[in-house]
This record gives sequence, structure tokens and C-alpha cells, in this order.
Amino acid sequence: MKILTGNDLPTGDVIWWTGSGWSRHVEDAVDVGDKGEAILHAEDGACRVNGGTIIDATETPKGPRPAHIKDRIRALGPTVRPDLTLKPSDPNAGNWVI
Amino acid sequence: MYRYDKYDQAIVDARVEEFRDQARRRLAGQLTDDQFKPLRLKNGLYLQLHAYMLRVAIPYGTLDSRQMRMLGHIARKYDRGYGHFTTRQNLQYNWIKLEEAGDILADLASVEMHAIQTSGESIRNLSSDQYAGAAADEVCDPRPWAELIRQATTFHPEFSYLPRKFKIAVTAADEDRAAIRLHDIGLKLVKNDAGKLGFEVYIGGGMGRTPFVAPLIRPFLPADDLFSYIEAALRVWNRNGRRDNIHKQRIKILVHELGQEEFTRQVEAEWQHILANGSNVPREEFDRIAAFFEPPPFETGLTDEIDRTDPDFALWVDQNVKAHKAPGYAIVNISLKPVGGIPGDATAGQIELIADLGEKYSFDELRVTHAQNIVLPHVRKADLYTLWQILDENGLATANLDLISDIIACPGLDYCSLANARSIPVAQKIATRFADLGRQRELGELKLKISGCINACGHHHAGHIGILGVDKKGTENYQLLLGGSGAEDASLGKITGPGFSEDGVVDAVERVTDKYLAVREEGERFLDTYRRVGFEPFKEAIYG
Repeated sequence: MKILTGNDLPTGDVIWWTGSGWSRHVEDAVDVGDKGEAILHAEDGACRVNGGTIIDATETPKGPRPAHIKDRIRALGPTVRPDLTLKPSDPNAGNWVI
Repeated sequence: MYRYDKYDQAIVDARVEEFRDQARRRLAGQLTDDQFKPLRLKNGLYLQLHAYMLRVAIPYGTLDSRQMRMLGHIARKYDRGYGHFTTRQNLQYNWIKLEEAGDILADLASVEMHAIQTSGESIRNLSSDQYAGAAADEVCDPRPWAELIRQATTFHPEFSYLPRKFKIAVTAADEDRAAIRLHDIGLKLVKNDAGKLGFEVYIGGGMGRTPFVAPLIRPFLPADDLFSYIEAALRVWNRNGRRDNIHKQRIKILVHELGQEEFTRQVEAEWQHILANGSNVPREEFDRIAAFFEPPPFETGLTDEIDRTDPDFALWVDQNVKAHKAPGYAIVNISLKPVGGIPGDATAGQIELIADLGEKYSFDELRVTHAQNIVLPHVRKADLYTLWQILDENGLATANLDLISDIIACPGLDYCSLANARSIPVAQKIATRFADLGRQRELGELKLKISGCINACGHHHAGHIGILGVDKKGTENYQLLLGGSGAEDASLGKITGPGFSEDGVVDAVERVTDKYLAVREEGERFLDTYRRVGFEPFKEAIYG
């Protein structure tokens, strides 16, 4: 599957395209199929995302999981500071990245 | 240390307002990402994996307590409670919001700091010996020359659109603590036989994709001619350096392709042209700058005795305290490498505490080292025990300077958008494997450096043991290098062979150290043994 990601313009937060807007949680991302370029082009005009990119992902029971480790780290936060991740209370969060 | 005059302050304040307007226009949708990117980079604002990253300049690593305290304040107010000290003696914040970046720059400007030229194709933050002005082994304080170069090159139109970024280091001691031969220009202050001050000039060093140790281009450049000579070298590069291939644009490539002799000839010719036009910086301007670097009012008659009754304190003194030029004083290294910690990270509270300690015990002066530690340069020996107790209570007394756990590591894939592999977890695992301080001291000086990509921000080429993280079909893989040095005996590490997994490279490092202990001779450092016995015995130990 293909999903869209980028960084929120004002805050820099990692964000994911939900079909109607952007979420900070990759679980909310939707498969954009072959419409990624068109969505990003439209979003350029809205000026709310930086560095919008189409990436590969796989569907899991808990939602999309980015294919590449770099995007999984982007989705979670730094693996070396669990307190700074999106899931600070999840002891297995780091395993999700690797 | 240098203090801003009204012109310096006006320039920095104006720059803050200029950036505020640029950021406002970007947030309002009046500038595109492509239009805004070069503007934010000119103010040290990157976009990294998780957020904007702001790189703050700390010229030659020197700052006072007021400035250090502000760095802690920014970490607490605008970031997530910490800052990261880097190999260019800068500080980076990893969790900055664009909408607050202008406020941060304004706060920095209020204490004579900024983030100008910490990015882009410019002359970056000048680096220097972290012991400058305090070291027992220096000719004199090299920082006035570093400041002269900084002032003469900041906003200089000829150096505003260089082929690539440009890094300069200045030192004045035989022991090279600034890695001068791994810079675009490395400068070592020396005195000639007539007692005249001048520079050894090294040009064309650097790490990254194509590493080189800089050759000696000029054995003795009279100190008064420093800027005009640098101008000549930059002009030759600006004129002839490639701009068509980002991997071939650094001055080291030009020096390599022209050859040292031809490059030197062109620089000398250009320099004569500049001298003929009389464009050197006037001596009185240097004297004005140098006046800001007068030594602090050291007390006389102090004791050099240190009560070493407490064994933990004695260990820390042996490892982290260095000789000072003034009797009764010492240089204190505060390690930011606790076992299992993130190299170079300090919490807002630690930053503020270190600021307080600098104010109370070190004439209000602090330094950032290229090895990602902090230095209090002027501490009375009589104060060392009290100071150590405070550091110890706050997790800042790790006695591992220059030992295997004093690891330089770039932010790696945990933070950096360029990285291919994580660096920090590898550093943490190695430091944990070798946590026993007795074992570390048995190994002696051993500089281990880790980069998460070929750009070499973690200086892996210059590690006695270096580690380079690469992407191997979507998996992190770590190459091991041996025999590098960033010191006066500069050399580049050699890749041992096929890479390892994250845990595998930790095991490989241990096999290297075991081999070293088995074959070393009395008094040898790891690097000495490696150079004596050569590569093969270590390769055999690693791969069997």
C-alpha cells in the first residue's frame, strides 16, 4: 500500500494523510493507491505540510506500518528516548520500529 | 571572551526581525517550501525526522554562564527539556516549532548568540582547542585569531555563496585537540626561531564520502597575514572549485585534483595579488579583538596540592582534569557520556547547573568540546573536590575522558534525515559492554567514533576505532574501521571488511580490544599497537 507523510508546517510534527486531512498517528493513514501525487499537489496549495512524500507501507491489524525503518522511526519517535515517543507508556514501542 | 559591540548587536537583532518576517510569510502561505528553505537554513533551522532542528553557533566553543543558562532556558521552554552538544562545538535542539523559532533567535540575541552560518554553503562555526587560553602546552591563546576570521568572513559577500560548506579550526598547542588536519583549513599557531608568531597552514582535509588528511600548505605564515592568506585560499577555491557535483565541491577535492604543489602555487600567487592591494586586516583591529581575550585575574600563591583521599575523586582527577598554565589552577572536563546515556545530550537542568558552576568556579567561562563534552577551563585546584561532589550528585562526574565509553556519536537515524542507520544505540551498547571503569582504564586512551551515514558527522574516519552505519537492503549494517586519528598524528581509519549487525559490531569491538590487550607492549596506546603490528592481526581477530 502507499501512504502519505510529511511534517506539519507550524510545528514540524510528523503527520500522515487520513483521506480528509492529516493525523499525527500513522494508524490513521489511508492507502492512497495511485492518487498520492495529486493529493500532495493539492496540499501544496493548502500550505500546511512540509516535505510531503509518498511511501510504501504494509497493512497490519493495527493499521498501516511503514516499510522502511526510517519512516517507522518517524512514526514513533526516537528509539533511544521512549519518553519522547508517541507511545511513551508502551514498553514494546521500540520493537515496533525494528 | 569576545563581547558584542553596538554594531554586532544591531546586526543580530536585525537578522532576528528579518527571520520573523520570513517565517510569518511562510506560515501565512506567502512563501513556498522551496522559497523558504534557503532562508531558514541561513538561520540554522533544519527540518529533521521529527521536527525542526535549530543549530546554535558557539564560536570556538567558548561561552559564558549567562549564555549557557539561556541554552538551558530554551531547552526547557521551547524544546523537550534537553539540548545536544555537537562535534562542531555547537548545540542543537531537536524539537523546535517553526512558529516559535523567531522567539528563540530573539532570546539567543539577548545574550549575544545566534544561529547564523550554522548551515548552508558558508564558513561554519569556527572551532578551536577547548583548552584555549588555559592549556599548559599552548604557544598563546588562539581564539583572537579565530574571532578575527569569524568577523572578517561573516556576511562577507565573497564567501556568501561558496561551492560548499567550509570549516576552519585554529589551535596553538602541539597536542591537536581541534582535529585541524581534518578541516578545510586547519591553523596551528607556532613561534619561529626568531620568536615571531605565525601559523602552520593545512588546507584540504575533511571526512565524509571522500576523506583526506590536509597537507601542510605553508609551514610558516606570519600571524598578521592570516586573513589575507585565508582569503586567497578561498578565492582559489571559489574560482576553481566544482559546483556541478555535490560530492566533489569541497576544497579537499580541488587540492587533490590540482595537486598540493599547484594548489599552493595558485594560493601564493593570489595572496601576493591581495597583498599588493593592501587588503589585510589592520593590526589595530586584531589588537582590539585580542583585548577581549585577556586572561582572567588568576590568583597567585595558590597550592597545587590536591587531597586525593577519596578514591573516586582521585580517579576523576586522573581522568578528567588536565594541566593549566596558571599555578594552582586546573582544567575540568565534564563528561556528557554517562554509561548508557546519549553522547552529547544534557538536560535543561544540567545545562543550567553547569552554567552556575562555570560562574562560581571558572571565572564565568565554559567551553564545548568537539568530543561533545563540556569544559570548565579555569578551576582552582582547591575547589576541585567540592566541584566534583556537585557534579557527582547530578550525574556529571563520569570519569571516562578519552576512554572507550567517551564515544563521539552523531544523532543518527533516531533524529537525522540524512542518516541510514542509528548511531546512539550502538554507542550505548558499547559503553554498557565496557561499563567497568577499571576495564576502560586498562585499555587506556581509545577514541571510538560512530557515524550513522557517510557524511561522517560522528568522525568515524578519525576514530582509533570507527563505526559507520549503512543501509543494507533496508537493514542497518555497521562497518568497522581501525587506525584513525584526529589528533596531531592524524590518519584515516581503514575498513576491516564485511559489516555487522548492531549487536555484532559490539562483539567485534570487543574482539579488537581483546587482541590489543594480547599484543600490546608496555606504555602503548591502542593506536600505537595498531600502527606497530598492523591491520592483519586485528582483521584475523575480528573475522577469524
